[in-house]
Amino acid sequence: MKILVAVKRVVDYNVKVYPKADGSGVEIANVKMSMNPFDEIAVEEAVRQKELGKATEIVVASIGVSQCQEVLRAALAMGADRAILVETDAAPEPLVVAKLLKALVEREQPNLVILGKQAIDDDCNQTGQMLAALLGWGQGAFASKLTLGEQEIEVIREIDGGLETVALKLPAVITADLRLNEPRYVKLPNIMKAKKKPLATLNPGDLGVVLATQLTTLKVAEPPKREAGIKVADAAELVAKLRNDVKVI
Amino acid sequence: MGAHILSGAVIEPRALNELIPDWKTKEAPLHTPVQQDRFLFLTSQSSYRLPTPPQMHNHGNYVVSLGNLCRWLAQQAEALGVEIYPGFAAAEVLYDDQGTVVGVATGDMGVGRDGQPTTTYQPGMELRARYTLFAEGCRGSLTKTLFQRFGLRAGIDPQAYGIGIKELWEIDPEKHQSGLVIHTIGWPLDRHTYGGSFLYPLENHQVAVGFVVGLDYQNPYLSPFEEFQRFKTHPAIRPTFEGGRRIAYGARTLSEGGLQSIPKLAFPGGLLIGDTAGFLNVSKIKGIHTTMKSGMVAAESVFDALGAAEPALEVDAYPDRLKQSWLWDELSQVRNIRPSFRWGLFGGVLYSALDTYLLRGRAPWTLHHHEDHKALKPARAYTPIEYPKPDGKVSFDKLSSVFISNTNHEEDQPCHLTLRDPNVPVTVNLAEYAGPEQRYCPAGVYEFVEEGGQSRLRINASNCVHCKTCDIKDPTQNIHWVVPEGGGGPNYPNM
Repeated sequence: MKILVAVKRVVDYNVKVYPKADGSGVEIANVKMSMNPFDEIAVEEAVRQKELGKATEIVVASIGVSQCQEVLRAALAMGADRAILVETDAAPEPLVVAKLLKALVEREQPNLVILGKQAIDDDCNQTGQMLAALLGWGQGAFASKLTLGEQEIEVIREIDGGLETVALKLPAVITADLRLNEPRYVKLPNIMKAKKKPLATLNPGDLGVVLATQLTTLKVAEPPKREAGIKVADAAELVAKLRNDVKVI
Repeated sequence: MGAHILSGAVIEPRALNELIPDWKTKEAPLHTPVQQDRFLFLTSQSSYRLPTPPQMHNHGNYVVSLGNLCRWLAQQAEALGVEIYPGFAAAEVLYDDQGTVVGVATGDMGVGRDGQPTTTYQPGMELRARYTLFAEGCRGSLTKTLFQRFGLRAGIDPQAYGIGIKELWEIDPEKHQSGLVIHTIGWPLDRHTYGGSFLYPLENHQVAVGFVVGLDYQNPYLSPFEEFQRFKTHPAIRPTFEGGRRIAYGARTLSEGGLQSIPKLAFPGGLLIGDTAGFLNVSKIKGIHTTMKSGMVAAESVFDALGAAEPALEVDAYPDRLKQSWLWDELSQVRNIRPSFRWGLFGGVLYSALDTYLLRGRAPWTLHHHEDHKALKPARAYTPIEYPKPDGKVSFDKLSSVFISNTNHEEDQPCHLTLRDPNVPVTVNLAEYAGPEQRYCPAGVYEFVEEGGQSRLRINASNCVHCKTCDIKDPTQNIHWVVPEGGGGPNYPNM
């Protein structure tokens, strides 16, 4: 059983980002970057499946600038076996990412692909679903528990108002939700060992994928500041304000 | 890498020139040469231009983000095969049977608030070495234990400290004067308190603005944070920031003691380098070049020691060579400037002028420092200071400031701000000094709260930006700062 895990390098979740002065994007110069937290959960889940004896090999892949190697090394330190970086300076859209991952799946032939449910930078929540559709595989998005069998995987999904249990035929695509697991602390010796694990670098061209863009970012702006509240004397004034000023009733 | 680093900063590239002479072609982040210096004395409504003291001339120097410089230096080191492991805190010094330092141990990860291991528990790891170089920055928590164990501070002055609070602003491009470095003294501080401000222009119409207060201040009602916020509202300063946007905040203490406070630097199995020993040149307001130099001399000395037929236990060559280097000359010349400010602002300025222009740093005497925490006077001698309310445009409150320091700690872990005696905050600090930790902490970690008619100190450890002010200024030295779980703390970009 081989598992492919996709990881994205994003602004660290502790960093409070702000838009660039020209509104073209978010300022990320010299900002701490880390692995997308949901992808960290995906890596952890793959490692746990290996520790349970259900998986034999874990391949991690990332798509982006050469510094994405740091994120891949972190995944290797957590317990993945080898890594692939698809290097590009462009910031590919979810559909392009899904196409690149599909090409990687065809190369690597994994039985299971695990991704984070979404990246905390663009919050798209699309890549996993698109990948499953492109491959024609079953998908278990927002997974909070996995039970991996030989031919099948049982997934407990977090849905509105409860949990849904689905059984998928392998191969399948899973996206990890927050409660799937709590990622481990990486041990220092494992970071040292991870430096020696294999990391291959490919170009999008090697995978036969064209980096087309279908989306244009018009503007990135801060949300409007919340204005201070006011005190009203009585219910009548409140109703009047809601009706005449705020116009909600 | 560099996420905890905060400095002004204007760098004198002397040490960098020696270490990496081709730093320009290697694209070191020194982008903004200083072209002009301005030194101002502020009163509450006016500003007066003072002659810039010769040490403060910045010709040939650069405005930098020290965090970015550290990131760049780390890349250079890694390219040479140096292994760097950020995110692991050195929590303990390791000794052998003879008491020689043999390395450090990293802290345990995944320990719960109650001190018990959680499901993610990972024990710390021992890192052993022939020589261990301690480079913890100002008031290193392990260095403190080394001082005691090896008596490294015997016969020298106590360290004198300052707290520096800094913000990064993006200002109106029309108001941005590239290359103009401004320092101020005077208002809003009273005449008995040492300190002042800096305004350093950076690229992309950014400005680093900061305020330093000597931690030998006496009035327990003083709040360095509020002084800084108030400073920005001065009529000569405020226009710079109007219409601008604050993008980062942070704070860190600095060692101001200079030559007479430098401890013994070598001990069996280890050395102290950088600001944990204290090589800041206060009158230049610069320490990056001296700190780098100490590391370079230490590296050369250790390299020679490792190559010797019988490696010495204690690398005495390091302090010996340091004393022969320009660093020692430089610190020796300015050794009397900082302590002269015990005579107040005017006494200090007068003495400094005399020492600099007439004696040229060769005074036959040396002035001494006293311990900062002992300088604090009981609250009954003072009336509380009424600081203006923040306007949310130029001045801000503490919590919105800490928010953009990006500081973060795992919530479920033991408090890293430990109290030797849990009663002292209420019985001494609150009763005698009106709870000064509420004010000197620039991150709102300490709060006195009423519970059932009783006061209690609440410690919001997750706000901590690791500046170490509490460890220094607590009047009875009851607060002991230890490293939190690795990876915790501020995440400064471009600071």
